[in-house]
Formats: sequence, C-alpha cells, structure tokens
Amino acid sequence: MTCTSPRTYPAPEPLKPLTRLTGVNPYLTVGGVVIAGALLFVAAMAARRLVAPQAPTAMKLTTYECGVDPVGEGWAQTNVRYFLYAFLYVIFAVDAVYLFPWATVIRSADLGMASLAEMGIFIGVVLVGLAHAARRGLMRWL
Amino acid sequence: MNPVLEVVLRSVSVLAVFLVLPLVVGQTEHKVMAHMQGRLGPMYAGGFHGWAQLVADAAKFIQKEDITPRAADRWVFKLAPAVALVPYLVALAVIPISPTLVGADVDAGVLFVLAASAVGILGLLMGGWASANKYALLGGMRAAAQLLSYELPLVLSVASVALAAGTLSLSGIVDAWHPLWLLWQFPGAMVFFVAAVAELQRGPFDMPIADSEIVMGPFTEYTGLRFAFFLLSEYAGIVVMSLLFTVLFLGGWHGAFSDSLGPVWTLAKSAVISVVIIWMRVSWPRLREDQLQRLAWLVLVPVALVQLAMTAVWVVLSSR
Repeated sequence: MTCTSPRTYPAPEPLKPLTRLTGVNPYLTVGGVVIAGALLFVAAMAARRLVAPQAPTAMKLTTYECGVDPVGEGWAQTNVRYFLYAFLYVIFAVDAVYLFPWATVIRSADLGMASLAEMGIFIGVVLVGLAHAARRGLMRWL
Repeated sequence: MNPVLEVVLRSVSVLAVFLVLPLVVGQTEHKVMAHMQGRLGPMYAGGFHGWAQLVADAAKFIQKEDITPRAADRWVFKLAPAVALVPYLVALAVIPISPTLVGADVDAGVLFVLAASAVGILGLLMGGWASANKYALLGGMRAAAQLLSYELPLVLSVASVALAAGTLSLSGIVDAWHPLWLLWQFPGAMVFFVAAVAELQRGPFDMPIADSEIVMGPFTEYTGLRFAFFLLSEYAGIVVMSLLFTVLFLGGWHGAFSDSLGPVWTLAKSAVISVVIIWMRVSWPRLREDQLQRLAWLVLVPVALVQLAMTAVWVVLSSR
C-alpha cells in the first residue's frame, strides 16, 4: 500500500540505558529529591516551633462551625454518588494503563495494524459501558 | 563526579528551583489579578511593586500558632500538608527544561510524572478527613471526586502524545515534536489544559475549596505554616502543569536559537501558560459540582478518546 505521508517515522529506537546523561541512576536522584522534600517539611516545622507561640485554649481547639458550637461529630455520612465516580475511574484507569506500552510498539510493522484493531475493540467495549451508564442516568448528579 | 555528591547536588538544585518558581508564579498572580480587576496589588513589601510580599507572607505564617483541633485525627492532620506538597517536588525533578537540564532523566518520564503528581490528592483527602469538620469532609469528598474524574482525560491526552512520539520519555517526546503537532494534537492539548486546571482545583474548578459554600474545604481547620504548605503546593502545581504542557504539547525547548536559548524557550512558554491559568481564575465563575462531573465524563473523555483514535490511525497508516 502506498501512503502519502508528510513525514516518515523512523523505527522506534531501543530503550537507552538508565545512565545516559550522568553517572548516576536517575531513580537515585528521585530518592534524593524525596528526602530533600521531607527535610524541607521537617526543617520548616522545627523553625515554626522556635518562633511561633503555643497557647492552646479549649475554645481554640474546638472544631470550626461558623462560630456556633459544633453539632454532632464531623465524620458525617456522605452521599454514595461520589462512590460511583470512583468505580468509573478505576475501570477507565486500568484501561488507560494499557495505552502506554502500546505507544512503544505501535510503529512496528507486524504489530501496528493488528494492535490498532485490538485497541479499538478494547476501548469500544469500555465506551459502550460509559454510554450505558450515561443513559441510565449515572451522569446526572441529582 | 562522586555519585553521592551528584545526587545531593541534583536534589538541592531541584529543591531550589521548587522554592523559587512557585513564588514567582504567586507574585505574578497577585499582580495579574490586581491589574485585571483595576487595582494595584501588593506595593509595599520590598519596595519595588511589593516584590517581597510572598517572603513577608512566609515570615508571617511561620510566626502563627499551629492549632490542631481536639477532635482531629492528630497525626494524619499534621502530615497532610507534606503529602500534598512533596509529590509536586518529585514531579518537577523529572521534567526536562532542556536536553541536558533535568533533575532526574527517568526513562518512562510520562508515566512517572503522572503517577507522582496524582499522589498529592492523598494530602487533600487526608486533610479533609482528619479535620473532623463537616466543611472539610465535604471539601475532601469534592476534591476526591473531581481529581478522579479529571485524572482520566489527563491520562488519555498524555497517552495520545506518547503514541505520536512513540516513546514514554519526556525528552524523547520533545525530540520527536514537530510544529504540525500544534494542529494534530490540538484537541488533546485542550483536554489536557482543562483537566490540568481542574486537577489544580483553581477557578473555575475550585469547588473543593469553594469559600462561599464550604468555608475553605479541606483547609478549613489549618492555620499558620501548615496552611501555607497547602498554598505553596497549589502554586507548585501550576509550575509543574505549565512545564508539563510545554514539554508535551508546545515542543519544550524548540524555538529560534534553541541550541543556546533552549531553557529560556521552555521557561517562557510555561510562563505564558501560567498566566493563562491565572487569567482563567479571574475571568470565569465557579462551575457547579454536577456541571463539573458532566464536563469531565461527557465532553473531555470522549474528545480525548477521539484524539487518541486520530493519533493512532495516523501513526499506523504513516508508518506502514
């Protein structure tokens, strides 16, 4: 098949080794950055301990409820509709995870066309589910 | 170079950038919002147009009493600001400013940055739940529902870019970028931008902290420095999302004289994106909670899937 494309894509390069720019594994640096963030928080809290006043009173420690005494406790029951979105999300997030490895093989000659059809079916099934949920009124908040 | 020294140097540099750029964005927000609303904004701290306002704010926050409500879940409450802030620091570390200027050049940078920035939501949920406050709980629930719904179009539009570039490396994506992508990936870019602003919970998507409805959402019970950490994480989020948008959709360091001016291009493009994010907050009223969910599921997700199909079909046809 002849295809008039403005660009020709080269075959995907093999993954470069982890140490391509520097001598250290980048994930070590990520670990260092996490530690730096934790140290920032600890240092800031230590500095606050040194300069901020500490004078708690019973009134100060009361839960805020627009100036009146709090009624009941704060851990109230919440509407279940929040829970449905979490379900929808989990279904689609698992779907989306499979898209990323696909990105690295889509240009290979023997996988490209077949993987396109397979992903179309895969996403189509999930889309039918979303359309069904919308038709049954799941997307209406009230 | 000694590997230990190199890791320390890199971590400290990332931390320094992390402490400077959000302040620049914060000061820009003060000034841009003020002028859009026909006022001056901060003018006194530091002398020249109030440039040191945020430094003065930090000095104020650190001197305030740190109050943990008696009913709160103490340790979760105290830890939440760190959990909200540190993920953005980690995400910033892997975003390349130029081919050589990157904190940690992770191979699957796209996946890493999405995963890292998604952890921050846990901080909001922790704060909202542990406060034992009705407003905070409502705000935390709203934040969770919003972040879940908008994470999806965000991930799908990023997947489209990864397909177009054929790699999961952020610098690899910029290398593969071509000006025609501005057209080709335009729907995906719009989806990413809207979803990113919603992830940051900035106006018009600030229902989780809607001050006229639920006081300050998950932050209601926070005072002093812990509250400041939540504020800082919002500005850090703007920095991360603007840089990410630049790297994924605007070609990062591509531009005139990119050999020498590469980092300047990346930063300039992200600065423009940051100003647009600030501009949106000034221009549009807050959406309602139900409108928000409809927008995510019935507009952004379908558009992102269409973009994905467009990208995949084009890539397969043109590489045959």
